[in-house]
Amino acid sequence: MSQPDAGVTFGYLDEQTKRMIRRALLKAVAIPGYQVPFAGREMPLPYGWGTGGIQVTASIIGPEDVLKVIDQGADDTTNAVSIRRFFRRVAGVRTTERTREATLIQTRHRIPETPLGPGQILVYQVPIPEPLRFMEPRETETRRMHALADYGVMHVKLYEDIAHYGRVATSYDYPVMVNGRHVMAPSPIPKFDNPKMHDAPFLQLFGAGREKRIYAVPPHTSVVSLDFEDHPFEVQGWDRVCDLCGADDSYLDEVVTDDIGGRLFVCSDSDYCAGRRADGHQGPAAASAAGEALADTMEQVAREHASEDPA
Amino acid sequence: MYVAVKGGEAAIDAAHAQLAARRRGDPDLAALTVAQIRDQMALAVARIMAEGSLYDPDLAALALKQAWGDVAEAIFLVRAYRTTLPRLAVTRPLDTAAMAVQRRVSATFKDLPGGQVLGPTFDYTHRLIDFALAAEHGEDASNPPPSAEEPLDAAMPRIADILDTDGLIEPETDADDPDPDAPVPDLTRAPLTFPAGRALRLQALARGDEGFLLSLAYSSQRGHGTTHPFAGEIRMGTVEVEIIPEDLGFPVTIGVVTVTECQMVNQFQGSRTAPPQFTRGYGLVFGFAERKAMAMALVDRALRAPDLGEAVVAPVQDEEFVLSHLDVVEASGFVQHLKLPHYVDFQAELDAVRRMRRAASGEGASS
Repeated sequence: MSQPDAGVTFGYLDEQTKRMIRRALLKAVAIPGYQVPFAGREMPLPYGWGTGGIQVTASIIGPEDVLKVIDQGADDTTNAVSIRRFFRRVAGVRTTERTREATLIQTRHRIPETPLGPGQILVYQVPIPEPLRFMEPRETETRRMHALADYGVMHVKLYEDIAHYGRVATSYDYPVMVNGRHVMAPSPIPKFDNPKMHDAPFLQLFGAGREKRIYAVPPHTSVVSLDFEDHPFEVQGWDRVCDLCGADDSYLDEVVTDDIGGRLFVCSDSDYCAGRRADGHQGPAAASAAGEALADTMEQVAREHASEDPA
Repeated sequence: MYVAVKGGEAAIDAAHAQLAARRRGDPDLAALTVAQIRDQMALAVARIMAEGSLYDPDLAALALKQAWGDVAEAIFLVRAYRTTLPRLAVTRPLDTAAMAVQRRVSATFKDLPGGQVLGPTFDYTHRLIDFALAAEHGEDASNPPPSAEEPLDAAMPRIADILDTDGLIEPETDADDPDPDAPVPDLTRAPLTFPAGRALRLQALARGDEGFLLSLAYSSQRGHGTTHPFAGEIRMGTVEVEIIPEDLGFPVTIGVVTVTECQMVNQFQGSRTAPPQFTRGYGLVFGFAERKAMAMALVDRALRAPDLGEAVVAPVQDEEFVLSHLDVVEASGFVQHLKLPHYVDFQAELDAVRRMRRAASGEGASS
């Protein structure tokens, strides 16, 4: 474990603030899917960069925790690197890229492919916590709608999508019903990840810093993506596999390799992809120049991470 | 050629190094000192203190230096520092009637007790670039400003108080307020909920983005939620800040701050329960910040529409709209977060659009 910066409280936030946030978290866990207002602090990172998730993580992290931070599913995206570095600096905790090793995972836009187990905590960064916001911009109104479980506008929106496009057009931040009571924004994860939230054995915490809301899904809670009997919820699928590791069950990112239509499709979950490649799996383009260049970059970032984290 | 797009710690470190070098500029030129910025860029420093919600000219000047001259970025630095500071005491309300006035003008009376005091204002400068300022050594010998023949009147009553004596303007505090001495809520220590009430509104306006408030105020002047304002009084100067320490029980001055105050006087036709009288819009801002104080006073009055039985028809009158969008740190963050990776969501949208296009072309072929 590296030493945290001298003069900074463990986890950056002062103890009073952590207590305030923990109280909000307890309330959130007690009322799954309900958005608890909290006195979010002004963090040294910009709003939109994960200040809500960072405050939640800072309030629950302990010296024994092992932290993983992902953005778009990947440990090597710039903001994930930056947040991981922030916590190494202010908490001195051990960090990892291995999903299995982590006790605490902060994420933006993805749930890892490797299933999480009991005892692990997933902290989501949330831009707009209000699932009804784009139908009703007023907070005063949406709070009343949640109180009355008045979710008609959401069903109308989904129905209108089907009428216009023949399908629900929402592809990420797809609304879910939590514990049969509250409609909740799962944060902008692709709907591909929604099924992983249902009856999950791990605790899920959501922090929206700018909007100053915290919410939660406790373990083994029902999380149902909204749909209609004749238009059941469906997730994204690809008629191809990961070009690097050959996985056919992961969410794929499209990478543009040239300006004449060249594309690679690779796992958005960098740890999952690297783990499979280490186990000897190979995708169709693993040996191509573009495939090797991409894999090299990922390995280089992982090496930098390992060298900064002596533990 | 394929270029890898992800950035690790080395890339971040390199970006920080580039930023530091660009911020410093040409190393052959002398670096600005914090004192130079504090004294010679004082209006930028004032804005950083106002929107940063922290009265500390040296810190604000340092933040401006660190922020490469970007005022919004400097405000962000000050805010992030402010949030870590302990709250030691709550001051008594500032007594702006006892201000050591440097400037005081009224647009409603030609003369008034204490008189009109122009002070250091751009108002009647002709905006011609002063090329003499470009001379490196020309400024030091500039003439000091002439002194007035007589000192300013010690008594400089506030216009609104004079109107109040005649009952022509609404009282400053709400007569129906059940607990006028209740502590003022702290926007930075409690989550904002609506309706927020005037105390929280004024607090939010005082730290709100000057550009946003200016445009909102302007919109109300052009008819979107009009309030028929007169600039009753604008005053700028220093006021003492007092606290009452628990173990002493009497007020003690802990410092002096420069503030700009604006009292707008607005028409009100009266209602079934209230006689016709003037109403107030109030602006108070750290530092010499007249534009901001005036905009704040216009927006404050516009936001009181529901309390005064006026229809809410324009954005400037809508408390939730104004308070949710006036903060420069929040707005800057959320607008700019769009440059963070959204590969996953974009892929989800690509998938959706491709599916819809396939479905549409399939339908076209079959018909």
